[in-house]
Parts: sequence; C-alpha cells; structure tokens
Amino acid sequence: MLTFAIWVGFVLLSLSLLLNFWRLLVGPEVIDRILALDTMYINTIALIILYGLSAASGLYFEAALLIAMLGFVSTIAVCKYLLRGDIIE
Amino acid sequence: MLLSALLILPLLGVLVPLWAHQYGRTRCAWATAAAPALALLILFLNLPGIADGQVLASRATWIPALGLEWHVRLDGLAWLFALLILGIGLLVILYARYYLSEKDSMARFYSYLMLFMLAMLGVVLSGNLIQLWMFWELTSISSFLLISFWWHKSEARRGARMALTITGAGGLFLLAGFLMLGQVVGSYDLDQVLAQGDLIREHAWYPAILICVLLGAFTKSAQFPFHFWLPHAMAAPTPVSAYLHSATMVKAGIFLLARMYPALAGTELWFVIVSSVGMATLLVGGYFALYKHDLKGLLAYSTVSHLGLITLLLGLDTQLAAIAAVFHIINHATFKASLFMAAGIIDHECGTRDMRYLNGLWRYMPHTAALAMVAAAAMAGVPLLNGFLSKEMFFAETLQQELLGGLSWLIPALATLAGVFSVAYSARFIHDVFFNGEPIGLDRTPHEPPRYMKIPVEILVALCLLVGILPSFTVDGLLRMASGAVLATELPTYNLSIWHGFNFPLLMSVIALIGGITLYSQRKRLFLFHSRFERFDASETFERQMQKFLAWAVSLQAKVDNQSFQRYLFALLSLALLMAATPLLDLYHLEGGRELHPLDGVSLMGFVLLAVGSVATVIWHQQRLVSLLMLSVVGLVVSVAFARFSAPDLALTQLAVEVVTVILLMLALFFLPQKSHPDSSPSRLVRDLGLAAVFGGIIGSISYALMTRPLDSISHFFLENSKSGGGGTNAVNVILVDFRGFDTLGEITVLGIAALGIYKLLLRLRLYMPASDGEGRAWAVERHPRMLATLSQSLLPLALLVSVYIFLRGHNLPGGGFIAGLVTAVAMILQYVAHGVDWLQPRLQHLKYQRMIAWGVLISTMTGMASWLFDRPFLTSWFDYLHWPLVGKFEIASAIAFDLGVYLTVVGATLLILANLGKMTTVARPQRQAEE
Repeated sequence: MLTFAIWVGFVLLSLSLLLNFWRLLVGPEVIDRILALDTMYINTIALIILYGLSAASGLYFEAALLIAMLGFVSTIAVCKYLLRGDIIE
Repeated sequence: MLLSALLILPLLGVLVPLWAHQYGRTRCAWATAAAPALALLILFLNLPGIADGQVLASRATWIPALGLEWHVRLDGLAWLFALLILGIGLLVILYARYYLSEKDSMARFYSYLMLFMLAMLGVVLSGNLIQLWMFWELTSISSFLLISFWWHKSEARRGARMALTITGAGGLFLLAGFLMLGQVVGSYDLDQVLAQGDLIREHAWYPAILICVLLGAFTKSAQFPFHFWLPHAMAAPTPVSAYLHSATMVKAGIFLLARMYPALAGTELWFVIVSSVGMATLLVGGYFALYKHDLKGLLAYSTVSHLGLITLLLGLDTQLAAIAAVFHIINHATFKASLFMAAGIIDHECGTRDMRYLNGLWRYMPHTAALAMVAAAAMAGVPLLNGFLSKEMFFAETLQQELLGGLSWLIPALATLAGVFSVAYSARFIHDVFFNGEPIGLDRTPHEPPRYMKIPVEILVALCLLVGILPSFTVDGLLRMASGAVLATELPTYNLSIWHGFNFPLLMSVIALIGGITLYSQRKRLFLFHSRFERFDASETFERQMQKFLAWAVSLQAKVDNQSFQRYLFALLSLALLMAATPLLDLYHLEGGRELHPLDGVSLMGFVLLAVGSVATVIWHQQRLVSLLMLSVVGLVVSVAFARFSAPDLALTQLAVEVVTVILLMLALFFLPQKSHPDSSPSRLVRDLGLAAVFGGIIGSISYALMTRPLDSISHFFLENSKSGGGGTNAVNVILVDFRGFDTLGEITVLGIAALGIYKLLLRLRLYMPASDGEGRAWAVERHPRMLATLSQSLLPLALLVSVYIFLRGHNLPGGGFIAGLVTAVAMILQYVAHGVDWLQPRLQHLKYQRMIAWGVLISTMTGMASWLFDRPFLTSWFDYLHWPLVGKFEIASAIAFDLGVYLTVVGATLLILANLGKMTTVARPQRQAEE
C-alpha cells in the first residue's frame, strides 16, 4: 500500500513541479515567476521526504529541513528587491 | 645555542622599541641598546675559541629534504664583522637618540634599525648558503625601509626604490649563483663549499657561478657600474648612512667576496673581473667625490671609492693583499662612520650640508671640528692614523703584482692617482667646512651639539688614532683571526708597523699627499672644467628608464589583455577544449562496459528541469531578474540531484550556497544597469554558440565515457580509513578536516583574505541608487515589513540550533563546519534583510567579522600546530572516546576544533562580504534621477 502511495506521490509531485516550471517560464508578471519558484522549493521538500520514505532512510531529512528553513530566504530577497531595490538597507 | 642567541637577541630587539617608546626617548634608546649589548657580550665570550682558530657552529634541522639547515657559524671573519655590526650599531643607537627630532617616530626608526642589524648578523653568521641569501634579501628590504624613513620626501622614496631595485636584482643573481654552487658541491653547507674550492674552479659552470655571485656582491657594495644607487641613498637619516653606507650593508658585498674567497678566488677570471671593477670603482668614486658640494654626497662617493679599493685588493689575488683588504675594512668602517656622524652633527646644527655655504665652522664647533679633521685625515691616509697603514699596504701590494705583464706599472700608477683624489676630497672636507672664511647665509648660529651626540664620534676617532699609532697592540690579533678565515691557510708573515724605511709605498703616499693638496688648491679651475660636461643625474636617468620599462610592460599587457571578459573566456575555453578533446580521439569506444542505471520518471523530470532551466537562463539573460530566477531552478535541481545520488553533504552545501549566491547577486544587481548590452553581432553569436556547443559536447562525452567505465579511484581508501584513521564515519567530513586538512586550511585562508579584500574595496565606495525600478515604479514606502521582521527574528535561534546540530554531528553524519557556517550566515543575512543595517549595528557592535575570520584561521592553524607538541607532523588529528554520565559514549576529536575554525571563517567571511555590500547606500543614500 505504502509503495503504491509513494508512487502516486512521485507522479503528482513531478507533475506539479513541471506545471510550476511552466508558470515560471511563461510569467507573465515577475510576481508569477517568483511564486512559481517558491512553490517549486516547497514541492522539492515533499519530493525529498518522499524519497527518504521510499529508501527507508533518515539521511534525507536534513536536506528537506534546510530547504524548509532557508529556501524562502531567496524568495524574500527577490521580493525585497522588487519592493525597495536595496535588499539590505 | 649561545650562538643562535646572537640572532635571536636582535630579533627580539625589533619589538623592544615598539614597546619602550611610551616611556620616553632616552629610555627607549637604552632599552633598544640592551639586545645588541647582550649580543656583543656573547660575542666576546666566544672570543677565546675563535682566537685559537676554531670554527664554532650551532646547527638545527630546518627543511632537510631541501638541504636547508639552520646553521650559525662563527669564524674569525664572521667575528670581525659581527663586532663591527654590533659595536657601530650601538654607537648609532646612541647617536640617533639625539639626531632624530621630536617629530620622527623613534620606535619605527629603532625597529627598522634592529631589523637591519638582525639581517646583517644573519648574513655574516650563516653557515648555509640559502640561509645566507635569505638574510641577504632581508638587508635589502630593511635598508629600503630605513632609506625611505622620511617617506614624505620624494628623494627618499626614489633613493630607496633605486637601492632596492639594484640590490634586489643583484640578490636574484646571487641566488642563482648559490643554487648552481649547491648543485656543483652537492651541499649548501658553507664548510663543504669552502673545502671544495678546486672542484668548483675546475667545473664547467665556474664562470657562470662566479659572474652571478659577483653581480650580487657588486650591486650590494655599489661597485662600478652599479655605484649610482649609493649617493642617492644619502636621502636617509644620517645615522642610517653612518651605519648602512659606511660600516655594514655596503660591506656585505665585500664580506661575500671575502667569504667565498677560498672557494672562488685564484683564477684568471676572478682577477680580471674583480680587480678591474675594483680599480674602476676606486677611480670613479674618488673623482666624483671631488665635485660634490653636499657633505654626505662627498662621503658617499668616497665610500664608493674605498669599497673599490677593498675589492681591488681582493682581486689582486695575493695573500698579503687579502690581509690588507681585511685591514682596510676595519679602518674604513671606523673613520667613515665617524665622518658621517660628524656630517650629521654639522647638518643638525647648521641646517645645511652644502659646502658652498658651510665655512669657518672651526670657530663655532671646535670640538666636533677636531674630531672630524682627524677622521678625514685618516681617510686621506695621513701617517699616525689607521688609514695610512692600510693604504701603505695597498700601495705595497700594487707594486708586488705582475698581473698585467709589461703594463703592470699601470696598477700602482692608477692607485697613486686614486690616492691623490682621496687626499684632495679629504682636504676639501677639512678646509672648506672648518676654515675658508665665514659661513654664508645660515639661518642660525652653529654651536656644539649635545654632549652625548659626540661620544660615538669620539670613540671611533680614538680607535682611528690607537690603531694608527699602536697597530700591533690593538688590531693585530683581530686582523690575524679574520684573515686566517679568509685565506683558510697559514698566514704569510707580515709586519704591521708605521715605519718601513724609505721605500716605494712611502714615495707613493708622499706623491698622493702633495698631489692631493695641489689638486685641491686648483679646485676652482677643476670645478669650471667639470661644469662643461653635460649634467648627469643618475636618479633621473634611472627613473626615466624605469618609466620606459613600465610603459613597455603596460603596452605589452594591453596587447595580450584588452580586459574583455568574453575574450578571456573564449581563450580559456578554446584551450581547455583542445586539451580535453585530443585524448578523446584516442579512445576506442565512447561507451565502457558498465551497466547503466534504470531511468525513473522523477529523474527524467529533473533532467528536463535542469536542461530547460539552463537554456532559459541564457535566453532571458537580458532581463537579469528573470534570468536569476531560472538560475535558481538549476541550483535547486542540482542540490536535489546530489541528495538523490547519495551525496547528502554536497546537497546541504549546495542548498546553502544557492541561497547566499542569490542574495549576493541581488545585492550586486541593484547597482548594475537593469538591462544588459544589446546583442552581439551575428558572427560573434555564431562563434560563441559554436564554441559552447562543441564544449558541451566534449564535456558530455567525457562524463559519459567516465561514468560508463568501472571506476577505480582513491575513494576506497578514504571510505575504509575514515573511521579507523580519522575517528569519524562521514568520509566527506573526515577528508575535509583530517586527510586533506591542509587543503582546507589553505582554502579558509584564501576565503578570509578574499573577504578582507572585498571589505577594503567596498569601504569607501558610495554608489548612487536608482530612484525607481527598471519600469519606472517608485520604491515602496515601507522599509521593513513587520511580518517579515517578526518571522525572521524567531527563525534565528532555530537556525542557530540547526547549525550547532549540523556542526556537532558532522564528523559522523552529513554536516560539518562549512555547512553549519553557511546556515548561520544565511540566518544572519535574513536579519539584515528584515531589519536593516541600522537596527543590527548596535546589537552586534561587539561582533567584528574581521576578527571572526582571524580567529577562525588562527584556531584551525593552532589545532594543526598543536600536533607538534606531541612530535607529530602538522595537522595530525587525535580522537578518543569518553564515557559521560547520561550522554553515554562520546567521541572527542581534535578535528572538531579545526572544524570550529572553518565554521568561524565561513560565517565571518560571508557576513563581511554581504553586510558590506548592503551597507553601501545606507549612509547618505544619494539618489540618481530615473533615466527618462
């Protein structure tokens, strides 16, 4: 059952990554692209956790943790750039 | 050990004045004098052994694989020179105390002086050629610092630069000569080199060795045609001139000739080069000294002339000539140092050194005048003074040789002419300065200097007299000791006495005295004649040549390098292509036999994202922000790929680096034009596209070929030994902090240097900020959104906790100092973004990133050095297991301290760079109007 669920998860996550990437490519606004990239980060967290489950290993947890903790920092930097130009004032 | 103290003491002495100057000038001078005085005492403790003809040595291994050894070697010659260096050095310290004005930094002066003393002692006491050369170079550098002591004067800077260029170039030749010598003899040990004289002289390389070593010696001792730097070095403070340019540094070249005498002298080539150069220098120096109106200029050229005399003596290649050379080294050092000091006193009290204005000083400073006159008479070679004795020996030796066959009479004739010059300029020094009417246009009335300023001069002049009147009681033993070391054989019999009866040398002396005084009395005509020559200034010519050389270098560089980044990249990639493609042609099959992994859907999706993302980055390169977003996709997929293919350490690192990179690029992007240049021309586009495609194809082929073959690399070694050898199960981390710890140390050092460099470059940089974004929208009003501020603040402790966790477990599981450092840095950067520099600065005022870097590198280095304490090589790591209550079995390894250094450096460097890039507009924030 778990194998099946993981398999379905992989398919869905890959699909959503591709769709997000499509949004990133076509835009049209920069905001759309930023949101798409941020969502790709979130998809990746799920993907890595899922991979850890399928490989029955805890080693991948830290990678997911780091993305969760730091991944949004680049999004913030880009947003700040759009708002104020200078990201560290 | 006692011998090594001779070098260690002045080394410590370099630091003493820096500490002592706060206690006043006199105490600073006394404290500085302590180290050389102690060294002098040690020198005298070693005297009995040296007097018996022993060679004392103290050795320690240094880098045995390269034939380098720490070898302090004391023989008669070294003893004599060490005595001159330390004795005159002490007198100069006393003299400089009164010479330097309140405005001059005494600590800096004394420190440089001690550094120079150390270098000179190192030269004379070295028992290893390479060690000798190292100190030789140190004399060049420290004399550069001393000559340019008054760095606000252009002539001082020029003089120092010229001296450094000439002596430095000579030093390189000397190194070449020494390396060849070491090859020929098979050792750099001085004892062995000196014992193998016959082998060296018969070797095919002998001419090359001789010329290289002589170039080193001649540039240092200001021999013709390299003599021109010495007069310009007179821009130095007078104590420096008295020390460097009379007694010590210029004698280093002479010392080298004397030191290498047993190994290199005794051939036709040696005689031809050394004696002709010496003779030319003797005459040129003496002639130009006549025309110098500057007191120190006169003394400088006379020094050149006397150095030529000593060189000539060493070139005459008889044993007695070598003894005369050693004798003249002693005499010249005493009278010339005292003359320089007297010139310094006159300059100090009159405000000028120009002899056209200085007249009749006898009336104002009789005491100084008497001292200077005795010293000048010694320089002229007047009987009953030391200069007379060595000059007499010199004349006698020129008569003894028959080196030029039928023209051998030329040498004594020219020597007498040089004697005439010497008497003439000495007469000018005495008559023009102390008599000859009244001083002209001085802004003060000259008077005697402070009491203690005269003491060094008095001591030196007393020595001139003592040696001159009672040679066999005073200097004979010293001379025998030093000459014995030069000749390395039994000494011939010679007689140091004032009266040898009526003979040729005496006649030559009389001719020189009468001729010199006559020449001086006719000086008006002589000056007139000399002024008809075209004026020649060595300093200007030298500068002009240097400028020409620089311009040539710049134009050459401009031809090779037009500062176009595309061009560099094109050249670099083409070359790499050529080198990578050629071996591929020899490959029989691209595909190796290894079985391929099955392809799954997720990986395929990753490949698509990676490929399309890379292409999209290039396509949108004109919209920089969009291009950056595409690049982030590439980075994200690469990190996931690392995780997928069992490289969790790399995945973690890549993720953290990714974030830092985006922030760095955003910071830089803000100041760059928002739109890039228009497209390149079609032909360039085709060229670049072609290169890129071919390069990609080649790299792809190489990767494919590599990955389809069974790989036998050294990674097995690391996997097998990381637990047993390094105490950690995470092989990646053990490699970083243990197996290849030295590489890591180098890398963090480079990282720290780069960060400090960037900090320095950004320090004064203030850029205009655009008033609106690329599309003309004004910036938002809210600087620091509340939500972000709150969120980021609560994230900081969490992130720090994660860093600690990653750091601690790094030795056994994915993690380590580097990743932990990056996590901390990103979390801190988030605070900067959310709160701004102004909010953080007061909260972080005790946290200096520069110090953090310094501590990081220091901790890592010290961890490495700690293994020396246990007699292990640098960076040997140690680990053990402890049983703690509650925690259980716990490993401690020295590698964790090393990793802590890595952590600190990474955090410090990242934050120093990013925070300072962010700070650029915060102070004034001048705004540039949006371009319409």
